[in-house]
Amino acid sequence: MATTVVPPGSTTRPAAPRHPAARRRRDEATGRGVVGTLLLYAMLLILSVLILAPLLWMLSTSFKTTGDATALPPEWIPPAPTVEGYTRLFADAQAPLLRWLGNSVLVGVLHTALVLVTASAAAYPLARMRFPGRRLMFALIIATLFVPGFVFLMPNYLIVDGLGWLDSLWALVVPGAASAFGVFFLTQFFASIPAELEEAALIDGANRWQIFVRVVLPLSKAPLATLGLLSFLGSWNDFLWPLYVLFNPEQLTLPAGLATLRGAYATDFPAVMAGAAIASIPVLILFAFVQRFVIAGVARSGLKG
Amino acid sequence: MATITAPSRSTTPSRGTGPSRRTGPPHRPRPWTPYAFLAPFLLIFGTFVLAPAVSGLWMSLHNWDFFLPDRPFVGLQNYVDLFTPDALVAQQFWESMRATGLFVLLSVPLLMAIPLGLALLLNQRFRGRTFFRAVFFAPYVLGVSVVGLLWQYLLNGNTGLVNGYLAELGITEAVPWLTATPWVWVSLVGVTVWWTMGFNSVVYLAGLQNVDEALYDAAKVDGAGRWQRFVHVTIPQMRPVILFVLTMTVLASANMFGQSYLLTSGNPSNETRTAIMFIAEVGLEQFRMGLAAAMSYLLALLLIVISALNFLFLRQKES
Repeated sequence: MATTVVPPGSTTRPAAPRHPAARRRRDEATGRGVVGTLLLYAMLLILSVLILAPLLWMLSTSFKTTGDATALPPEWIPPAPTVEGYTRLFADAQAPLLRWLGNSVLVGVLHTALVLVTASAAAYPLARMRFPGRRLMFALIIATLFVPGFVFLMPNYLIVDGLGWLDSLWALVVPGAASAFGVFFLTQFFASIPAELEEAALIDGANRWQIFVRVVLPLSKAPLATLGLLSFLGSWNDFLWPLYVLFNPEQLTLPAGLATLRGAYATDFPAVMAGAAIASIPVLILFAFVQRFVIAGVARSGLKG
Repeated sequence: MATITAPSRSTTPSRGTGPSRRTGPPHRPRPWTPYAFLAPFLLIFGTFVLAPAVSGLWMSLHNWDFFLPDRPFVGLQNYVDLFTPDALVAQQFWESMRATGLFVLLSVPLLMAIPLGLALLLNQRFRGRTFFRAVFFAPYVLGVSVVGLLWQYLLNGNTGLVNGYLAELGITEAVPWLTATPWVWVSLVGVTVWWTMGFNSVVYLAGLQNVDEALYDAAKVDGAGRWQRFVHVTIPQMRPVILFVLTMTVLASANMFGQSYLLTSGNPSNETRTAIMFIAEVGLEQFRMGLAAAMSYLLALLLIVISALNFLFLRQKES
């Protein structure tokens, strides 16, 4: 679009303008007209409002009195701001919110660490060594990728019970940690690392373990970060399993705990929204800082997959 | 990691799809080395994936009740029960399968199309792109429980914000968003779209950014308009990514549990009780685990067939 377009109403002006750039109706960098840009921003703004308004409403309600929470027409600024919703919730021993938050973080971190360690260690020999049973193992792991997780629900409940892990956070950390996706994903990546790098280390007398830790893993930060993020998000969002294997209010994770608020605070909207706010604000703040990283991780999962 | 379960073609530089055959090690490792590396994974994999896959099948062939001392072998009786039209459990099971099927049919097209539109929007060059991308993704990190609590309040028939604004607009009759069909489906699908559209958009966006610019330029030279470029360049180039998103979304929607559990509790009269919800009720509340295992296997089989069909269908179109 290097042609200069003479804008309408400028027929009296000289045919060869001195600053052709100023005459262009389309921005060369974006290939869009002014109308297009306005339209784009209008759409983005509307969508953002649809996303953010419910979250603002949650925050606003958490500072309202019970009466104001259901008043119509809706008031966005609490007419009589109060923290009673929060104090009611914190006074309730059945709803130890910060404990739930802590449990969720602990489970997420341990689960993610276990996934990264086991999947990377398993993927390395599958990508780089020849040994009897390799093809069979890889085929088995890949096959389970196609089996939906709920198939394991009943038997795993019994296995976890047998291990004495019911009502324990271990029930959330370990059973889902055998990530077939992780092994598949990392095997693909490890196989793409030039073998010369490892050969150099072998000549220097390094053993397999040293090569794995000092050569392969440092080269795999990006896929490890992706797998770690996906594992953490999966654990953080896990709802059904913790709902059924945890019982004691002290043991619950955030998703399972929040679900109990539904019954206990059926009509106390400020308290429920206070709970929702406490559950979401730390996550949203954390997300604001690492969003590039999270989004890059999710994006990469699709490209590989 | 129950959500991402769909591998397809690799776009990495590695050759082939399996472990590489070409890059053998220069020195043979000691024979036990690979097994030592694999051991921790295999321990967990064997205990919580392979063993349950087999024992679940075994359970489904027994009248397995958590609280009964005897768990007699009943052969295929659990499966037969599910196909006996007069049996209450069969009626309830197929009603829950219908709910899941309906949710898949209603949600998947929207979760494919809207995020694609969003991704096309975000693929433009403009100021604040990163910001908007983060905003659209944000609901996903909240998790289903926060989303459920929040929307249960917003969609409340009498006091919810949504009906509040509808009343302002003159629609004074309260819409029963969470208590009556068809509104319950609008709510469940709408909330799911609100919650997860950002995730799919980001996956699409990565695919869009991998489309070769030269193809667009070539299409422009040939006089293709915006729409033609979308149909003839973007869509074919994106086929692997679309297949991935489709498989992932179908599986996620078929696994729907939290939204129904939190928003509608399966109401009205179990119409929105999904298959997963029913399986969990039968197996983990009534502890008729053999029957629940049989239902799991049936649903899993169905999903595997659907995924395979998806795959074959899109592959065929490609060639």
